[in-house]
Amino acid sequence: MSASRTLFDKVWDSHVVRSIENGPDVLFIDRHLVHEVTSPVAFHGLNTRSIKVKYPARTFATADHNTPTINQHLPVQDPLSAKQLKALEENAKDHGIPYWGLGHENNGIVHVIGPENGITLPGATIVCGDSHTSTHGAFGAVAFGIGTSEVEMVLASQCIMQPKPKKMRITINGKLNPGVTPKDVALYIISQLSTSGATGYFVEYAGEVFRDMSMEGRMTVCNLSIEMGARGGMIAPDEKTFEYIQGRTYTPRGDAWEKALPYWTSLYSDADAVFDKEVEFEGNAIEPMITFGTNPGMGVGIQGGIPMANETKGSPSTYKKSLAYMAFDEGETMIGKQIDYVFLGSCTNGRIEDFRAFASIVKGKQKASNVTAWLVPGSHKVERAIKEEGILDILTDAGFRLREPGCSACLAMNDDKIPTGKYAVSTSNRNFEGRQGPGARTLLASPLVAAAAAVTGKVTDPRTLLETAYA
Amino acid sequence: MAYDKFNILTSSGVPLPLENVDTDQIIPARFLKATERKGFGDNLFRDWRYHQDNSPKENFVLNNPTYSGKILVAGKNFGSGSSREHAAWAIYDYGFRCVVSSFFADIFRNNCLNIGVLPVQVSPAFLDILLKAIESDPKADIKVDLPQQKISLVHSDHAASFDISAYKKENLINGFDDIDYLLNMSEEIDAFAAKTPL
Ligand code: SF4
Repeated sequence: MSASRTLFDKVWDSHVVRSIENGPDVLFIDRHLVHEVTSPVAFHGLNTRSIKVKYPARTFATADHNTPTINQHLPVQDPLSAKQLKALEENAKDHGIPYWGLGHENNGIVHVIGPENGITLPGATIVCGDSHTSTHGAFGAVAFGIGTSEVEMVLASQCIMQPKPKKMRITINGKLNPGVTPKDVALYIISQLSTSGATGYFVEYAGEVFRDMSMEGRMTVCNLSIEMGARGGMIAPDEKTFEYIQGRTYTPRGDAWEKALPYWTSLYSDADAVFDKEVEFEGNAIEPMITFGTNPGMGVGIQGGIPMANETKGSPSTYKKSLAYMAFDEGETMIGKQIDYVFLGSCTNGRIEDFRAFASIVKGKQKASNVTAWLVPGSHKVERAIKEEGILDILTDAGFRLREPGCSACLAMNDDKIPTGKYAVSTSNRNFEGRQGPGARTLLASPLVAAAAAVTGKVTDPRTLLETAYA
Repeated sequence: MAYDKFNILTSSGVPLPLENVDTDQIIPARFLKATERKGFGDNLFRDWRYHQDNSPKENFVLNNPTYSGKILVAGKNFGSGSSREHAAWAIYDYGFRCVVSSFFADIFRNNCLNIGVLPVQVSPAFLDILLKAIESDPKADIKVDLPQQKISLVHSDHAASFDISAYKKENLINGFDDIDYLLNMSEEIDAFAAKTPL
């Protein structure tokens, strides 16, 4: 093994149980997160083979994708959703897995509750049957999404078979301008690299911009790694990371903490480590972003216009089909476009910092009458913090109401569907056709842009409403 | 999950020359509520295939009787988006055994290989040749030879080779899955786990 290694090499290599010649590595998985939608067929597979989950203590289950965000104390109405939830509850029980179902104090979106409960740790390998598992990379973990056959693999063996991805480093130095958030940084990178620009790579984010970011911000960035095609993204752990995880339920304590710390601090890319690809951007070049099309790479600075088809890299017919779905024209500006819905939430932007940002704009203002707003905390812990910090009062005074935690309109599996043809400014991660409901039109943006849209009823530059600089 | 073994497949192709076809198009999230792997083929490309009143959209390729076959020939960056294996299941259950594209999203490619759908990545130029050939003759046969790692347009000189890991190739040809392999190394994994703190 060469002396100089990247952060990713250090974590990946230390988890290889066996390397298959001309084939994948057998990678040991420290912690496995399970939810109701991608697990039933995997458990069914285990039952068919008459085997049990190999390490239940390394497995954690929650309900989030399919759950209602109002009246969670009542039985789930949709019979298919109810059946999926019941299946997970029973599977968890049969296999001795901790299960945080609806109403449980730890319940929430799988990628929000992992970090909150100290399940997510530096140097760990973490998988989940959800592509945004990349979120956990914010802590210096190797974390990635897997399919249901792979969920079954990990349940059965605590290992997964994967070829080792190539390595890419994205470095952004300098400072971000006021009103520019981690979400804008991520949407900017994707707009530059395209949705397939990092396919085949595992990304490390480096440089001052990411060092300066809060843990919540780092999670937002790592979360969106998958939207540029990367399997995952990660950031070297530092003091901020250790401070965040210390004392959480599943974080090691006492001697175990003291032992882990020196290892965790060794997790960074060596100075002369070699990446397969390096990309650099300048922090001050980034504006608040918004998307105008049907993939997350179709984003522009909020003051900008929709590019002409002949200026774009991909196929013009695909591009035009996408604009037709959105009912937008080439060359139009985004500012001032009327919107119908605002969605604040998801594992991308459903954490407390996102609600603080949203509140900083709507404080003392009123929700626009043409806007339906769904504000959905990422977890019960986030929900509690919203209440304790007085944010709920600000939101209520401005005419908003808070829903209960879950994935909600991010993938619209429950009743939170944006109606056909309506425009939604969403803090989630995907603007694919029909993602937020059949025929729904999604504009991805930061919580600040979402808040500005919520109080003005149209696409608005949040910097025109910022009273205090966004910290 | 058991699947049909894959060796040599000769079939006409169904063209879908769009780029960035994402998993939400392949199977929309509202159809992911099943607890068993059944019936996903009916909802393959649901919103492109059917109007909201469930009547078929005439101009979508799967509703066009001119095209049929077990090979889907699709534009660049096919399968981007979510990790839902349901997307690969829907393709398999509909009757496709092979997807040809000039670029695949990572997780989707893995999911396909795990459930018996062969993703064949070809150059943009070769993809173009296939699409043009189907356009001029919808019944034109395409031959996918997994043992030889070769894809060719039957009755023509057009052929290309494709990559696949030797391990995955073995699996597909024999209908094995990774779990069989992993269960056989249980002791090695236990030893590894013992020195890996939780
Ligand atoms: S919030 Fe959206 S992206 Fe995140 S886990 Fe839920 S469905 Fe997936």
